[in-house]
Amino acid sequence: MSAPASAAFTAAELDAIRADFPILSRRGRGGAPIAYLDASATSQKPESVISAEADFYRRSNAAVHRGTHLLGDESTQAFEDGRAALAGFIGGRPEEIVWTKNATEAINLVALSIGHASLGRGGAAAAPLRIGPGDRIVTTRAEHHANLVPWQELSARTGAELAWLDLQPDGRIDPETLGAITPNTRLVAFTHVSNVTGAVSPVDLIVAKARSVGALVLLDTCQSSAHMPIDVTALGVDFAVMSSHKMLGPTGAGALWGRRGLLEAMPPVLTGGSMIEHVTMEGSTYMPAPERFEAGSQPVAQIAGWTAALDYLSGLGMERVRAQEEELTARLLDGIGDVEGVRVLGPADSADRIGVVAFAVEGVHPHDVGQVLDADDIAIRVGHHCAIPLHAFFDVRSSARASVAPMTSPEEIDRFIASLRRVRSFFKGH
Amino acid sequence: MSSLEQLYQQVILDHAKARHGAGALEGVDASSHQVNPTCGDEVTLGVELAPDGSITRLVWDGEGCSISQASLSMLSELVEERGSVEEVSRAYGAMEQMMHSRNRGVPEEVLDLLGDAAALESTSQFANRVKCALLGWYALRDALAKLGTDIAGDRA
Repeated sequence: MSAPASAAFTAAELDAIRADFPILSRRGRGGAPIAYLDASATSQKPESVISAEADFYRRSNAAVHRGTHLLGDESTQAFEDGRAALAGFIGGRPEEIVWTKNATEAINLVALSIGHASLGRGGAAAAPLRIGPGDRIVTTRAEHHANLVPWQELSARTGAELAWLDLQPDGRIDPETLGAITPNTRLVAFTHVSNVTGAVSPVDLIVAKARSVGALVLLDTCQSSAHMPIDVTALGVDFAVMSSHKMLGPTGAGALWGRRGLLEAMPPVLTGGSMIEHVTMEGSTYMPAPERFEAGSQPVAQIAGWTAALDYLSGLGMERVRAQEEELTARLLDGIGDVEGVRVLGPADSADRIGVVAFAVEGVHPHDVGQVLDADDIAIRVGHHCAIPLHAFFDVRSSARASVAPMTSPEEIDRFIASLRRVRSFFKGH
Repeated sequence: MSSLEQLYQQVILDHAKARHGAGALEGVDASSHQVNPTCGDEVTLGVELAPDGSITRLVWDGEGCSISQASLSMLSELVEERGSVEEVSRAYGAMEQMMHSRNRGVPEEVLDLLGDAAALESTSQFANRVKCALLGWYALRDALAKLGTDIAGDRA
């Protein structure tokens, strides 16, 4: 592509991108092509991803890391190529990538491993990870339940206290509350971008504060990794989690990135086949990381698809994706701002936020909002988006949410706004 | 009639506004709290029974979308008119059958058991709205189960 590396897509480029996504030709209940504004829940897949997954089954399918036949070699290659591709995409090293079935499992892996270390598992190497009464785990009020509940459970199991950073009125993490990261804090887990407000977290501030007290940092990149360039090393965190299906890849695969020395110190969580060195009836020794954390059969075909997705995103250029989505976000926010009776739950301007926009329509339940939009073939998310505490903060039970992706067109945003205008009159008119 | 107009028929929007049976749960014999996990909507529904087991009072307190509120209102009216265990059981069975029909049609005699709630038939084509319509009915089943009355054939 000839445009600058940080420019939004030209109209012709966008048309070409859209042609890569077969689902965009699907028509909805109203008979029009579906305007898919729910990428934050799950992204749609380009043809290359769909083909890569199917081709893996057509050409190479076999068990990985065993067998000496051609197909076994090809499958293992695809599996490990995926690890290298993801590492390259996020600025880590291949041996720092652990495959999981989703990002939720990746977060739980860290929480459970720390819990096991706290019970003495992992021996002396894992001793620095042990937590207990008198220690603190810190998260934020803006988290997806996946980055809150595992820490509640770890807190309950170990006696470590759970605390959280609080929010400014527009839902951004409030730097004034960084004091929650006290000297006894051992781990800080927070989201890079909120899946409700779209706000980008002040990573630098939080990491610096965590570092100053010697706490580990886990970053949830589920909402950022397909929408902006990510470099886990530059971000200065210890763990990062991501999800294939939110990055144009297949469902069923996620990953934990962990600093090499850390993964090495962590005791395993899921145990069984593929993760052992040697087994006797009395006990076992384990593989080094990352294999130590990959017990049982793995989502190899999904990883082949995810690899194709990372290639696709890299081909678009993540700086260009960010620039494109910034324009869409501004259009989305401007449009919503003009609709009477609609309140955005999150920052009203497009600075330091991405195109995830949750909103409440006065007097209309989010389910009913979503239903009217669906009748116009516009797909948005409704519900609490797995963030009940954040909705409670905004004093609502649930919300409607529109979110954009690299292939979202300005026309789709305009269709959404036009449909949103119809919502209140539809229910008032009856 | 578009599927949207079918879903939000006037009778449904009227019930969502009227909220028959909504009130404070004082003095009930048993109650049940139900949550729709996808949206966080909640309802607490309570019942009072006569010595023969029939429902003499149904009251509910909750928040939700127009479908869940209308369904609760319709259920309240229905129980007020036909509160015997037998009739409520038949209506409950009809409601489950209709809501799981994917709007492919249910026999007229099934719809006849449901009063105004028959208008919710088209909701059954929207997989993610079925729970909205059934939330209050599940609460009723659960509240009655606490009093030893099974309207769902669970212990058949």
